[in-house]
Amino acid sequence: MANIDYKRAAGYWLLTDFFKGFGLGMKYFFKPKPTLNYPHEKGYLSPRFRGEHALRRYPNGEERCIACKLCEAICPAQAITIDAEPRDDGSRRTTRYDIDMTKCIYCGFCQEACPVDAIVEGPNFEFATETREELFYDKEKLLDNGERWEAEIARNLELDAPYR
Amino acid sequence: MADFFYNTNLGIFLLIVGQVLLIVVPLLVALAFLLYGDRKVWAAVQLRRGPNVVGFFGLLQSFADFIKYAVKEIVYPAGADKFVFLMAPMVSLVMALIAWAVIPFNDGWVLSDINVAILYVFAVSSLEVYGVIMGGWASNSKYPFLGSLRSAAQMISYEVSIGLIIIGVIISSGSMNLTHIVQAQDGNYGIFSWYWLPHFPMMFLFLISALAETNRPPFDLPEAESELVAGYQVEYSSTPFLLFMIGEYVAIVLMCALMSLFFFGGWLSPIPGLPDGILWMFAKIVFFFFIFAMVKAITPRYRYDQLMRLGWKVFLPFSLIWVVFVAFAARFEWFWGAYVRWTTGS
Repeated sequence: MANIDYKRAAGYWLLTDFFKGFGLGMKYFFKPKPTLNYPHEKGYLSPRFRGEHALRRYPNGEERCIACKLCEAICPAQAITIDAEPRDDGSRRTTRYDIDMTKCIYCGFCQEACPVDAIVEGPNFEFATETREELFYDKEKLLDNGERWEAEIARNLELDAPYR
Repeated sequence: MADFFYNTNLGIFLLIVGQVLLIVVPLLVALAFLLYGDRKVWAAVQLRRGPNVVGFFGLLQSFADFIKYAVKEIVYPAGADKFVFLMAPMVSLVMALIAWAVIPFNDGWVLSDINVAILYVFAVSSLEVYGVIMGGWASNSKYPFLGSLRSAAQMISYEVSIGLIIIGVIISSGSMNLTHIVQAQDGNYGIFSWYWLPHFPMMFLFLISALAETNRPPFDLPEAESELVAGYQVEYSSTPFLLFMIGEYVAIVLMCALMSLFFFGGWLSPIPGLPDGILWMFAKIVFFFFIFAMVKAITPRYRYDQLMRLGWKVFLPFSLIWVVFVAFAARFEWFWGAYVRWTTGS
């Protein structure tokens, strides 16, 4: 009769842990569920959300990118490739602006580096493709993204502007 | 017509096949929804929604899963013994299904009304371990083998204490026929006439042993995914895996049915005025399945040595003492004869 912990022994035999767990389980059983039915319901996205890339244009239709290559330089994954030469009117523009989305780590440095808010990461995250090749975005695709998401992107930039 | 079914060989054969189908088909359909319920309960406790896409509220999820399993490719591990590899899930399922032959759903609603029904059920459920061992051995792989060894040791250990628990019930009812056991629980006090009251601690021991016997959490060591990936099922895919899973769940529902037959009066009504019937039996099975599902959701897994300690050093002595106690209580009619309520003269 050394040191028997009677309380613990009684709890063991009366299955108190089990009944307590059962009670707690039932409490959670009737709680409202936080799950979102994803394709039908979507969660809130911050204005700072870094999703699919887009190249923006000015309201007059001129593309913003001036081929400064700061994004290419800062990209830690080296996912961006830019070629540039002067256009007929003498302004410096990109002839090639490729982003390898399979390399991109979505750090947002390109967006931060861009002096003219040309390359941005928009709110779209549902751009899965069936082949790898479709994820090698070229300039055309990026400008197209810019047109499609311009409203959301502009709103997000405006909301985030006070904190930049 | 009646003459054909009762007196010709073909007629008797057809009658029996019809009865078998009448049990197996509703059982498997019910199982699909019980599986769905199991997942829903588990999800609800974890604050998830569970399956809710296929059909209304996801009710057809199990059928979608069935189609998925059925159309997948069967992968044979290199060096596997194909015959044994494919036999194992079938043994598992068939052993789980044939035990239902002696389960009465209502007064007289039983496929085979044999007088050693309990022995039969436990003989068959002991054989279930063969499916697991064969599966683990035939896979020719480390983890399935370890899982099946664990499973064998576990099932044999808990078989012993289940047997002793059942002996108490047999002494009280004086019969091994499941119908007679239920009839012996019929009394004037409804729910208080049933064996759960005189055999109160054994009710919990039986529940826990049944969990261990069917490899349910918290005793799912044979398929402990953190250690053994999925135990004896690792190398199984497609239909063989489906058979294993159905077998496992049929065994679980069987344990729920036995629980309600032994301790909760089978088809008897809990309230004295209400009529007895098959619906009470179903309600009890579903209730115990709910308990099984809740236990899965709320308990952490036992360590293997704890499992063995519980089986051999707690359950076995305790149920042994209980058998002796029940024997004395029945012989000398202690507690106003609560422990001896024999209905049949045998």
